[in-house]
Amino acid sequence: MRLYDLATVIRSKNAGPFTLTIDVVLPDVTTFRRVLAAGGLAPERIAALYDVAPGAVRVVPFERVLTVKVALPRQVGSGALGDRDVYGCQQHFPLAGVEV
Amino acid sequence: MSATGRLRLVALNGLLGYGYPRESLELALAMEPDLIGVDAGSTDPGPYYLGAGESFVSDAQVARDLEPALRAAVERGIPLVVGTAGGSGARPHLQRFVAMVRELAAGAGLRFRMATIPADVPAEAVLEALGERRIAPAGNAPTLTAQDVRACTHIVAQMGTGPLARALDAGAQVVIAGRCCDAAIFAAEPIRRGLDPGLALHLGKIMECGTLCARPAGANDVLVGTIDADGFEIVPANPERRCTPESVAAHSLYEQPDPTRFVEPEGTVELADCEFEAVGERTVRVRGSRLVPAAQPALKLEGARLIGQRAITIAGVRDPGTILHLDEIEAAVRETVTCALADALAPEQLSLRFLRYGLDGVTGPCVAPLEPPREIGLVIDVVAPSQELADRALKLARATALHQHFDGRRTTAGNLAFPFSPSDFSGGPVYEFAVYHLMHIADPDSLFAVEIEEV
Repeated sequence: MRLYDLATVIRSKNAGPFTLTIDVVLPDVTTFRRVLAAGGLAPERIAALYDVAPGAVRVVPFERVLTVKVALPRQVGSGALGDRDVYGCQQHFPLAGVEV
Repeated sequence: MSATGRLRLVALNGLLGYGYPRESLELALAMEPDLIGVDAGSTDPGPYYLGAGESFVSDAQVARDLEPALRAAVERGIPLVVGTAGGSGARPHLQRFVAMVRELAAGAGLRFRMATIPADVPAEAVLEALGERRIAPAGNAPTLTAQDVRACTHIVAQMGTGPLARALDAGAQVVIAGRCCDAAIFAAEPIRRGLDPGLALHLGKIMECGTLCARPAGANDVLVGTIDADGFEIVPANPERRCTPESVAAHSLYEQPDPTRFVEPEGTVELADCEFEAVGERTVRVRGSRLVPAAQPALKLEGARLIGQRAITIAGVRDPGTILHLDEIEAAVRETVTCALADALAPEQLSLRFLRYGLDGVTGPCVAPLEPPREIGLVIDVVAPSQELADRALKLARATALHQHFDGRRTTAGNLAFPFSPSDFSGGPVYEFAVYHLMHIADPDSLFAVEIEEV
């Protein structure tokens, strides 16, 4: 199953002009823990998908609201030459396409 | 502030100009608030607005949102605090905003003391800090150079609660701040009154987005926050919305890299021990937010510089062969345009790209579908040092792309379906964030002068 089909909310947004955050909200504690344990949201995997250095990706699980927060650098600053998404709000793919 | 040490704050909405139901403001006012605040800015819409000194919300919409709040605040004798006036909070934004406030006041016959707090930082001050190694990148920004600093049209610093508190101390009824930390808009008054700064900043962080923390969520409605010595309560003014412990807890994720803490000029607000408790149907009480004061005070700087002028054209492509050969067409267009303009500009001065919507326009060429889609939308995007050169390059690029040959081409009359005549659009100046850095400074508040006037 794709992460997109499993998540109740999956969204991306800038956190400042040079950082992208992706929130993955899962339906229940069991799923939340299973997705994390399966390694689908491992920083190395996300780094490869978005072509950034693995050390630059942060993954913070927040069980109280069943959310995994991902933060990674943007390839290009918001609105600068070469940018495709000024607000960063359509960058949940390719992560959302990951099989979990 | 009530006799019991309770302070009630009203957030008009999540962004001045996005609108709010007038009934919501009336309901909030009936709760006898001590302050009305509103965030008027954001970096979300990109670097253009700071760079060019323009607003991303129309002045008419801002005035429409502001007038009832101004009237309510002045009539009740409570402060109105506006943060990041004009969208980006640099001098031109602030000047235009203050002119609007004077005009609204004159129109409504209102008299009050107004504080204006510019947030501009002179390039020399940033260069000096750079020389003294007091500058560090914020949030994945590249390393700053003196050239970047000099190239910026405006550099602003995000003020904390200090300058706002000074304005309130001076008896200002209306406080118009330039670039301002969003949380500070609502945290300044409680901190000034001796309430806990961790709680005040957390409350401010939630309130600055209006009812985004409620369900249904929205940045276009009024939120009421009440803080006391032990915690704070938030409730949407509109009875059709409610806050739940989950909706409020989840809001701390929003636009933040870390849901367990956030950083303000005052220090780091730790949320790991926060408790969120339902009070009745629509209210949530929050306790346990804690401020760990900053060891090294710092301000976040923002600056944008001009990088060129844009021209674009939009076209559709239906022919499957053309869709499959877009890489080849783009390369040929780039070659033709570069050669034709060789006398006027060097290849590195020209940025030319195809944005292929329906194929990979959003994600870029890393993720391509296996089957060509039925149609794609193509944007040819040109950025060059002057508008004249950008327009000229685009006209060449458009004509070349329309007629470019490729292997197996059957649609020999033209590759592109243009929906418009004229097909080309001048996009104007293009900026980028050159400064998004922390500046360490012993007394951050000293950068911000509070200017008082009687309106």
